[in-house]
Amino acid sequence: MSKSSAQKGISRRKLLGGAALAAPAVAGLTAFGRGSDRAVAETAASNGAHAGHGEFPHATFAAGRTVDHKANGFHPTELLRDFDYGRTRRLASGRVLREWEIVAQDKEIEVAPGVKYEAWTYNGRVPGPTLRAQEGELLRIHFVNASAHPHTMHFHGFHPALMDGMPGIGENRGGGQVEPGEEFTYEFDASPFGLHLYHCHVAPLAAHIARGLYGAFIIDPKQGRPDADEMVMVMNGFDTNFDLANEVYAVNTVGFHYVDDPIRVARDELVRIYLVNVLEYDPINSFHIHGNFFEYFPTGTSLEPTEFTDTVIQGQAQRGILDLRFPYDGDYMFHAHVSEFAELGWTGFFRVGDPSKLTASAAAAMYCDLPWGKGSPA
Amino acid sequence: MEAGARAERNLGTGLPAWALGLIPLLLIVGAIGSFALLGGPGLGERTGPPVEEVAVERTVLRPGEIELTLRNDGPDPVEVAQVAVNDAYAPFATEGGREIGRLGSATLNVSYPWIEGEAIEIFVLTSAGGTVEASIPVAAETPENDVSFFALMALLGIYVGVIPVSLGMLWLPFLRRLGPAWMGALIAFTVGLLAFLAIDAGLEGLELAAEAPAAFGGAALVLAGGLAAYLALAGVDAYLSERSRRAKGAGAGATSGAYLALLVAIGIGLHNLAEGLAIGSAYASGALALGAFLVVGFAIHNTTEGLAIVAPLRDDARPSLGRLLGFGLIAGAPAVLGAWIGAAAFDPSLVALLFGVGVGAIARVIVQIAPVMRDEQGRLLYPATVIGILAGMAVMYLTGLLVSV
Repeated sequence: MSKSSAQKGISRRKLLGGAALAAPAVAGLTAFGRGSDRAVAETAASNGAHAGHGEFPHATFAAGRTVDHKANGFHPTELLRDFDYGRTRRLASGRVLREWEIVAQDKEIEVAPGVKYEAWTYNGRVPGPTLRAQEGELLRIHFVNASAHPHTMHFHGFHPALMDGMPGIGENRGGGQVEPGEEFTYEFDASPFGLHLYHCHVAPLAAHIARGLYGAFIIDPKQGRPDADEMVMVMNGFDTNFDLANEVYAVNTVGFHYVDDPIRVARDELVRIYLVNVLEYDPINSFHIHGNFFEYFPTGTSLEPTEFTDTVIQGQAQRGILDLRFPYDGDYMFHAHVSEFAELGWTGFFRVGDPSKLTASAAAAMYCDLPWGKGSPA
Repeated sequence: MEAGARAERNLGTGLPAWALGLIPLLLIVGAIGSFALLGGPGLGERTGPPVEEVAVERTVLRPGEIELTLRNDGPDPVEVAQVAVNDAYAPFATEGGREIGRLGSATLNVSYPWIEGEAIEIFVLTSAGGTVEASIPVAAETPENDVSFFALMALLGIYVGVIPVSLGMLWLPFLRRLGPAWMGALIAFTVGLLAFLAIDAGLEGLELAAEAPAAFGGAALVLAGGLAAYLALAGVDAYLSERSRRAKGAGAGATSGAYLALLVAIGIGLHNLAEGLAIGSAYASGALALGAFLVVGFAIHNTTEGLAIVAPLRDDARPSLGRLLGFGLIAGAPAVLGAWIGAAAFDPSLVALLFGVGVGAIARVIVQIAPVMRDEQGRLLYPATVIGILAGMAVMYLTGLLVSV
């Protein structure tokens, strides 16, 4: 990487500069696209060298290229509502035993169109599978380390020290740090109910988390929660040049994914977001929704919300459950209200409509006359 | 006997001389070719990830748009994936694709509503996740390269080059009134001026070279440019004095004042070419605002260059006005050319090379005119010349304060 600019070379001469000669810059904040997704995509493609001149409705990636989700092996839109319940059987005691197989593996993933990142993953995806159980069950997680590096699974929740996934604790009993090619089975009770997370705890910790070794861990209360359209959002980021600062921010890994592919939800239906912050290198992250408010259940450990708001802040490993309904049709942005993160990828849209008409093309036809309704960024 | 030895050597191979010259060349081509075809047998795979080195050669600001010219300076191809301006991803277009081959370049047109007067920090994200950074300290629209712009650059070149140098030459009548004892000191003054210019230009050239792609030579360009200019001027000098000796008979050949003045003018002209380039590019990139102060500063600074040209003419017969004007143009007009090139197509490698050329030319001129400083005992350095050199350097330093930071 070379730091350079034409300006530096002639900095000696800028002493007398300052009195600028230029006409005021014109920020083209009008001229939004209209029409269906396809028409807009064609426009973007045919714009050629002049794509986007005078158009900057919001930060976005360059047109004409999308992330190859097939090569990634996971799709953020599907991952959103993908809850991994594992497999269960009833023990002699009548108690439910729930089991998962988790494999740590190194994998190159595309975190922004054209930008590859050497990730470390659980089950080949980032974030790892959303493990979901019910309060009081016995949980067994068979962990296999197929990565070239030592890893663990460290769960947030109640468990004995041996099950903590903490290097230096329990190696003599097969636990602690799991070396490449080795495996370990974590076993503990599902407790307390709420929204938690798991991540690798091997040193250097920041690197092991930032590389992608984390996932959401949901323990449902015995009495359950009201029926809702549920989804998981793991707020993360990627330090692609390894300078201990993130270049790409996102929910569920791919920057601006839900701008390109808005999350379809039905008007008036209860929507529940399991929101987890795992962002490394930045002290806080946040979530803000446009045109709406939500009930907030910090850590999900109570069935009573503590706040009715449209913005929450989370430090790393903080998490909470958001319950909301969209009273109007249309597209509603959601993003980190740390504007820097929002403009570096952590922005998306909800597309709200009549549930019966909520196919992608129908929604596009109905709602695409909104400013950002471009289907793909222009 | 010599012929016999040659014949014996040729007998040893039985081949004509041209074939003996050709065979090693063919073997070298064959060896390199097969080495490349076989993929470097025995060297194995490279270790570690690809090395990405990209330099931002030029930035142009237009309303709502930033144009970046990137040069791949490293050993591997680089693919541009995304561009962020002030920590916000922005759409961009490229002509000719996003992959930049070794030493290739790409131009990105980034859409971003930049705000005048603010600083702009840009990072280009490559497909490997690396970043290339560029910063614009104060954002201002880049002037378009139209006719009026070139006229403006010409005017700028005339203001900072031709006029001040010509004005400096007006000291000639004054110099002629000074006694012959002053000649050594005057030439020493010129040497001091030139020495300071050479040092200053050399350092500026190295500074630019540090920003230029290393693959093109970097600092070596400045040194090579200097050496080439020195040798070229020495060759021209040898050729001209040979011709004049033949024309005028064996007795002639002593360097005339007019000839020395021409050499000084050429050296200063080459220097002003590089100066013009730097000024033009600074103006084009918005880093330089034209103002009366700047022009006055350059006028005073470059007036001393005019003085340097006419100093060797002190003892000559009255030179024609046309010849003096010619010296002024040779020394000053390259600033116009430089400003045009610098504004239209700034390239740090080229400018570094030209700064080196200026340094080499000045060094040669110093060597050329220094003998005129000699006194009756043949000394170069005696109180009058030492004071002259120091005074020349001091004047350049002090007037330089007006145009540099």
